[in-house]
Amino acid sequence: MRKLIVGLAGALLASSMVLAHAADKKVNIAVSIPAADHGWTGGVVYHAERAAKILEANHPGLKITIKTSPDGASQANALEDLTTQGIDALVTLPHNSDELTDPIRQVKAKGVFVTVVDRALSDQSIQDLYVAGNNPELGRVAGKYLKDKLGTADVVVIRGLPIVIDEERQKGFDEAIAGSGIKVLDKQFGNWSRDDAFKVMQDYLTKFPKIDAVWCQDDDMAVGVLEAISQAKRTDIKMVIGGAGMKDMIKRVSDGDAMTPINVLYPPSMIATALELTVANFYDQVPVRGKYILDATLVTKDNAKEFYFPDSPF
Amino acid sequence: MSDTQANTDTRGLGRKLADIDKTAVAPFLALAALFVLGALVNPSFIGIDNILNVLTRSSFIAIIAVGATFVISAGGLDLSVGSMAALVAGIMILFLNSAAIDGNFAMLAAGVVIAIGVGAGAGLVNGAVTTLGRIEPFIVTLGTMAIYRSVTVWLANGGSIAMKSSEMRNLFRPVYTGTVLGLPIPVWIIIAVGLLGAFILYKTSFGRHVIAVGSNEDVARYSGIHVNRVRAMTYVIQGICVAIAVVVYVPRLGAATTTTGMLWELQAITAVVIGGTALKGGVGRIWGTICGAFMLEIVGNIMVLSNFVSEYLIGAVQGVIIIIAMLVQRTLQRKG
Repeated sequence: MRKLIVGLAGALLASSMVLAHAADKKVNIAVSIPAADHGWTGGVVYHAERAAKILEANHPGLKITIKTSPDGASQANALEDLTTQGIDALVTLPHNSDELTDPIRQVKAKGVFVTVVDRALSDQSIQDLYVAGNNPELGRVAGKYLKDKLGTADVVVIRGLPIVIDEERQKGFDEAIAGSGIKVLDKQFGNWSRDDAFKVMQDYLTKFPKIDAVWCQDDDMAVGVLEAISQAKRTDIKMVIGGAGMKDMIKRVSDGDAMTPINVLYPPSMIATALELTVANFYDQVPVRGKYILDATLVTKDNAKEFYFPDSPF
Repeated sequence: MSDTQANTDTRGLGRKLADIDKTAVAPFLALAALFVLGALVNPSFIGIDNILNVLTRSSFIAIIAVGATFVISAGGLDLSVGSMAALVAGIMILFLNSAAIDGNFAMLAAGVVIAIGVGAGAGLVNGAVTTLGRIEPFIVTLGTMAIYRSVTVWLANGGSIAMKSSEMRNLFRPVYTGTVLGLPIPVWIIIAVGLLGAFILYKTSFGRHVIAVGSNEDVARYSGIHVNRVRAMTYVIQGICVAIAVVVYVPRLGAATTTTGMLWELQAITAVVIGGTALKGGVGRIWGTICGAFMLEIVGNIMVLSNFVSEYLIGAVQGVIIIIAMLVQRTLQRKG
């Protein structure tokens, strides 16, 4: 019996030493993300810094270096600089797939654990872990909500920029409303900008005497759309559906604003998810390799608080 | 020389006036052509509401482009106006949020003064570095474009700077949405800025110096004009115009974002050139510039109102319309 207790105690001691050792384990993680050039990337920077602070506090040996870059070429340089400092893992949201696939491949060749966020690389065999939002789903959830809520309605759409993300969102939306009473009157690009969305919406209001709803797949544009509608004093528009989860819009949903009953999430905080999972790989021996696709969660008045970050810039 | 002189005399005053008019009127004819096109595309285009919307929307570029007319006629160039607009808007809103002075109205008035001060200061930086440092304005303003933009992004923490007080927002909003005698306030501001700009450029000795410096810097210098001072002054005027545009811009959405003023510099330069001002300097047409700004905005408006252009091709069609408008104008000028 005594033997057993001593044995157990020994085992406990040994394992606690292993644990202590694990907590002090030195791990360097580099985070390379685009500079805050619009609201959403501003949110990415905020959430990367926020997650890094929490993770470093929980893991004494952990060092997280965050580097932002204004464009693809300077991000490639930043990747080189970060790698020469000696890193164990790279968490990166690449500016674009084509330019950065090779620089990230070189990082990988040095034996670094690579986590890619949001924008997929041209060669997906490079990444150990891929964390992203769900663009087709963002469109589908918005389309389905309009279909279920309004049944038949005349809808105008304001798209972002003609790039893959936008195409995927649009396709998801089109599929969700296919064969329903939701009729798309017009689609135009608002360049993910408040000002351009304001203009496009003003023109829509001139062009169409009756509009039931607006889908603009991005919250920055929703701000411009709402302003154009209130300025024109039009009352036929029942709702404006944005997306991404900007704090002002989440606040409106949470306050029960009738014009913005819901939002669809495409959260910049996905960078935090990526960081958590990457750290878990090193400290907790949790298997994380693979693809982690976040839901395009439907944000309603009931769950809005969960997604509200009052301190975030986005 | 004497032949031409005699010719002009025999052709008479009326003919001479007609010639001058044709050149100056060209942009307005192109504008009229766009109106016809718009009306054909969608009858609601010529609705008074739509026209007023478009005129109001064009106010930022129109006001900035009046300043750009000065810079360009003096042989300079300012690429920083878009970033400068974002910076001025950001600082103005941060000041308004600080509630440093009692009373919303006094705050707004002080905010406007601060905006104009920041704009003039940012313009002075461009002017001073260009003239004292003897660096090409293209490079200087490309540099300040990056600087003003980054500082704005930094101030905004990567997000947006929004007016916090909804009372002040409501007090300020009519500057964009309000009307006086049926015309939106921004349109009155365009008219005021245009009148003042035209007066300075055409009726004052400073205005004549601007044109002289732009036509031939050396001749201007030998004639005793302070070339550097005149050049630097045009950038300050540009900065003040940017600030006035910001005063109209901020009440619209009540926020400055990191994309505020993006590519405005190109739109302003395009408006100036469409309006008949030569990019090489020496000619300045204030009303042509304002007309050019209207044209740019109207082209975009017609595209959205039309049903037969794919949303992917709008940029191409806009480009074609702008080039055709320029061709029409040049043909008219050659005839004149």
